[in-house]
Amino acid sequence: MTAVAAIAGHEVLAGIRNRWMLAATLLLGVLALTLAFVGSTPAGPVAASRLAITVVSLSSLSVFLVPLIGLLVSYDTLVGEIERGTMPLLMTHPVTRLRIVLGKFAGQVTILAIATVAGFGVAALATGLGDGGDAEAWRAFGIMVGSSILLGAAFIALGTLISAVVAERGTAAGVSAAVWLVFVVLFDMALLAVLVADEGQVVSGDLFRVLLLLNPTDVYRMLTLAGSETVGALSGMAGVSAEAAFGHALLFPVMVLWVAVPLGLAGLLFGRKEL
Amino acid sequence: MEGAALALEAVTKAYGRHAAVDGVTLGLAPGERLALLGHNGAGKTTLLKLALGLTRANGGTVTTLGCAPGSPAWTAAKREIGFLPESVAFLGSMTGRETIRFYGRLKSVGRPACEQALAHVGLAGAAGKRVKTYSKGMRQRLGFAQAILGAPRLLVLDEPTGGLDPESRQSFHETLQVLAGQGTAIILSSHVLTEVEAGTDRIAIMREGRLAACGTADELKRRAGLAVTIRVAVRPGGGARLASALAGRSSERINDHAVELRCDAGEKRALIERILSLGDEVEDIEIVPPGLDAVYARFGGSGGSGGSERESAP
Repeated sequence: MTAVAAIAGHEVLAGIRNRWMLAATLLLGVLALTLAFVGSTPAGPVAASRLAITVVSLSSLSVFLVPLIGLLVSYDTLVGEIERGTMPLLMTHPVTRLRIVLGKFAGQVTILAIATVAGFGVAALATGLGDGGDAEAWRAFGIMVGSSILLGAAFIALGTLISAVVAERGTAAGVSAAVWLVFVVLFDMALLAVLVADEGQVVSGDLFRVLLLLNPTDVYRMLTLAGSETVGALSGMAGVSAEAAFGHALLFPVMVLWVAVPLGLAGLLFGRKEL
Repeated sequence: MEGAALALEAVTKAYGRHAAVDGVTLGLAPGERLALLGHNGAGKTTLLKLALGLTRANGGTVTTLGCAPGSPAWTAAKREIGFLPESVAFLGSMTGRETIRFYGRLKSVGRPACEQALAHVGLAGAAGKRVKTYSKGMRQRLGFAQAILGAPRLLVLDEPTGGLDPESRQSFHETLQVLAGQGTAIILSSHVLTEVEAGTDRIAIMREGRLAACGTADELKRRAGLAVTIRVAVRPGGGARLASALAGRSSERINDHAVELRCDAGEKRALIERILSLGDEVEDIEIVPPGLDAVYARFGGSGGSGGSERESAP
């Protein structure tokens, strides 16, 4: 595990040096603060804390930004190093290819986790401390941050998989953009279109539930917005969890699968790759 | 090739229909320095990649430090391998010290050894600077520092002296000599023939993926059957008399008191005796053996022989 830790540490240091971590933190922090103050203003006399409203706003932000950051951090993690010529040197050291993948993944998740905790944490402190922030809102915030890191990890794993499959960095960038578009925008639109067109004929409730699990961003939405009564009510997702019958006990393992499967495939394919 | 640091047996590697390495058998003993020569595309880098397990052979067997690349023991074996790629690249945002410590951690080499390696290549003073501020030669020296980390048993160097100034090249070859003396087997590819001749024990010439010749520089020169050049200095006005005394021989008169002759190595002695029989007319005789460039042109050049050879165990 020393090699994994060494590679992860090197990745984090590189993230600090090339200002990736700073950029991601600032991006998340500034947008989170903006949402926290602007987004919670119209709450008025609603019986919910500003923190609960902020969690809803931040969740909507995370669904778009966190996958983007995850893919940007990881899309050239393997193919980029091969192109730059640093990978062959790394591979002649006493470390397996799988550990190279794991080390780089761990480093990138650390970068994203620090950026998420710092960026969202500032917004939570600014709003949560202001009006006390009830315990349930803080719990929802904790779940949202944890889920955001898991969502980021899933997209870092997808980016790593893309990086292991393609032969050129430019291709990896293009495929990553397509993956982001599909999971963040097109999947839900397509699902909605199918539901409207089908009018409940073919797509049953059971099938719909399963289809939701096929998109990590949907799993994330269910995890963060449907998990808390207050947050669910504010987000309009209150009925979703009960309707979909998916609790955290199922959603978390599914999210972990969204991390483990692409990462495992990336390790497998990279292990067979000819340099 | 038992006990060899590197043993290749009838190794073939093809990319599509193109055989980058074609049936190469080659061994490298501990403490031996072997140079790989050949044109661009002759298969040198592919051969080194095969030795390092960066690519898999289509045929034959590769044994590096006693185990096959990719085998269960391979990861541990890599701890004793040092590698310097042709165009060594590092993250520009890291300092030289951070870079060397990163590779040191992977090889379980402590910080003092990392500092020692940096000092050895003359980068102790620049170790705190970011790699992107380094010159090409400095990056190459940093690459060499990471390659020699942990006293490797096998050192694989692909075009190692590119970008190095003459002083650094001298220091580089001195280091190789010391490492070889400690038992490190060294295989390096190069285009700098003068360095190769002086700084290695054996030379392997590759041509179109095949091993065209392998041996010491002297062996290769003998086997190449190239002509020896004899330069004879005579007293002023003696050039014509010398030429007539050697009538029938191919000679080139340089000026009135110098003649240059070419002969096979086997007839060298008899010819020198004939020249010396001219007595006081001869002021000096200089024998110039064929250079490595001629040997390389003979075996590795486009006009060279197309054969290949199986190299015997070292």
